[in-house]
Amino acid sequence: MTSSEIPGGTAFAAEAALQPRRRRSFTVARVVRGAAPYLLILPVVVTIAAILGYPLYHLARLSFQKYGLFELIARHGTNVGWANYSSVLHDQVFWHVLIRTIVFTVANVALTMGIGTLIALLLTKVSSVVRVLLTAGLVLAWAMPPVVAVQVWLWMTNYENGVLNYALTTLHVGDYYQHDWYATPFSQLSLTTTLIVWGAIPFIVVTVYAGLSQVPPELVEAAEIDGARPWRVFKDLTVPIVKPIFLVLTSLSIIWDFGVFTQPFLLIDQTRINASNELMGIYLFEEGYLKTDFGRGAAISILMLLIVAALSVFYVRKMVRMGDEAG
Amino acid sequence: MRARRRRSRFVWDAIGVLLFAVLSFPVYWMVASAFKPQEELDGLTPTWFPMHPTLSHFSDAIHRPFFWHGVKNSLIVVSVTVALSMVLAFLAAVALAKFRFTGRKAFIILIIGIQMLPQAGLIIPLYVVLARYHQVNALSGVILTYMTFVLPFSVWMLRGFLLGIPKELEEAAMVDGSTRIGSFVRILLPLVAPGLVATSIFAFITTWNEYIFARILLNDQSKQTATVWLSYFTGTSRNTDWGGLMAGSTLIAIPVVVFFLIVQRKIAFGLTAGAVRG
Repeated sequence: MTSSEIPGGTAFAAEAALQPRRRRSFTVARVVRGAAPYLLILPVVVTIAAILGYPLYHLARLSFQKYGLFELIARHGTNVGWANYSSVLHDQVFWHVLIRTIVFTVANVALTMGIGTLIALLLTKVSSVVRVLLTAGLVLAWAMPPVVAVQVWLWMTNYENGVLNYALTTLHVGDYYQHDWYATPFSQLSLTTTLIVWGAIPFIVVTVYAGLSQVPPELVEAAEIDGARPWRVFKDLTVPIVKPIFLVLTSLSIIWDFGVFTQPFLLIDQTRINASNELMGIYLFEEGYLKTDFGRGAAISILMLLIVAALSVFYVRKMVRMGDEAG
Repeated sequence: MRARRRRSRFVWDAIGVLLFAVLSFPVYWMVASAFKPQEELDGLTPTWFPMHPTLSHFSDAIHRPFFWHGVKNSLIVVSVTVALSMVLAFLAAVALAKFRFTGRKAFIILIIGIQMLPQAGLIIPLYVVLARYHQVNALSGVILTYMTFVLPFSVWMLRGFLLGIPKELEEAAMVDGSTRIGSFVRILLPLVAPGLVATSIFAFITTWNEYIFARILLNDQSKQTATVWLSYFTGTSRNTDWGGLMAGSTLIAIPVVVFFLIVQRKIAFGLTAGAVRG
């Protein structure tokens, strides 16, 4: 929180003091009204605390324990101090996975935001028929369950008679006859990227387009009459209006892509997953859950949560400010 | 000038149509493949359109073991999660949209922060804790888990819809002598109903699509949800039944696509209401 912000409670108290005094003095009804918001949020807070708060507390404890299948059945682990953390941090694989995940995230976010924004801009240029058509296509892609999309990708990229190899060969992009897209880690992760970007673009397009339609057309017209070039109009009128949305979407995409699991896990396939193609979410799953070393897995989880928490500060602050404005 | 503009619009339109073709191709290919007879699927040269459509892959898919278990389990999990979440989330959303109270900011941080938690990071603690309370391999454990993810965004979306209701309407009802609860039931509820429907459907889609937690928390095949059933479809054999897989995929995607089309505009609004205004 920056120093210029007044802490929430104080701001609300100040606002309440400014409101005209109510006729009624201290009554039961007022107490009830004062308690009302707390009663209203109580069920949600209790549910979240029980199903998320307690496991998170448990996660922190687990990360300092030796906790395997035996301990899971016996229901208590032995304390090992920082051993899990030092084992993870001294593991070469962890650092490779971290760097790979960062590169993967940057590539995915850049592609998603870049292509998404370009399509949103395109939507402002096309005729209304094409706009409806393109929006329909985007909604279709958006609606596909990730697990289903993975199966479609597997079928399209299947090396024997997948349509991708056929199309690339027919279009003379190269000889892709029986090309195996799952042969190298780079190829596997690139395929995963196409799948993620395809699924993520629609949300970006719809949101950025909504932002673009907030640019007042009178202003654009006035600027054009004054002789402003299209690029100036874009830079000085469009960009400032769309920028806040763009920043929020970028930080959201970073958080999502960093923690991605389902798509790489199912597309690369468990039999082919190894230290050379693991992303953070999968590394965690393999090390902690599959090897039933829950203590070590907990340490990796905590490290991952800390990284994501650092990444989300910007987004959370932005949203909290927005939530505070209204109401 | 006008001629040039028309020509450039034609170019943009052409790019738009091309993009439409590329973006929707995977969906088309899924449906088309599901209807193709086996010979067409096995051929080295793909046919762009099912020449002799058949329903045999669909009947193969639904007769595979545990298909109906998956659908039934998914429906149970989804409906219980959505019903419980909507009631609880609506109450909290009313508190956020209509009251100012100490701790409001902390609650907002909680709601937003949870949505940032990477699910993979929660696999281990949830598994260990739910195992302790015998909630592994039980639909109830999955329902509880899903609720923690559905609740935050539902509260946030419903708050957006509630804010869209003009305060004057509510005040007018109060002047008429209604109590706050009376005005709430008669005025607020009908106005927010579309928002409630949209949020429920979004929650439905999220829950129906979920994979990781269902996969690790439900071990028995008869307990698994539809997405987990689909993920095991290819099995370990090298000869994948692509037609059956695409038919199964189509069947599992249909409810989501249908619901999505109904509320698409509302979801975009609910998710972005704040962001666009801010």
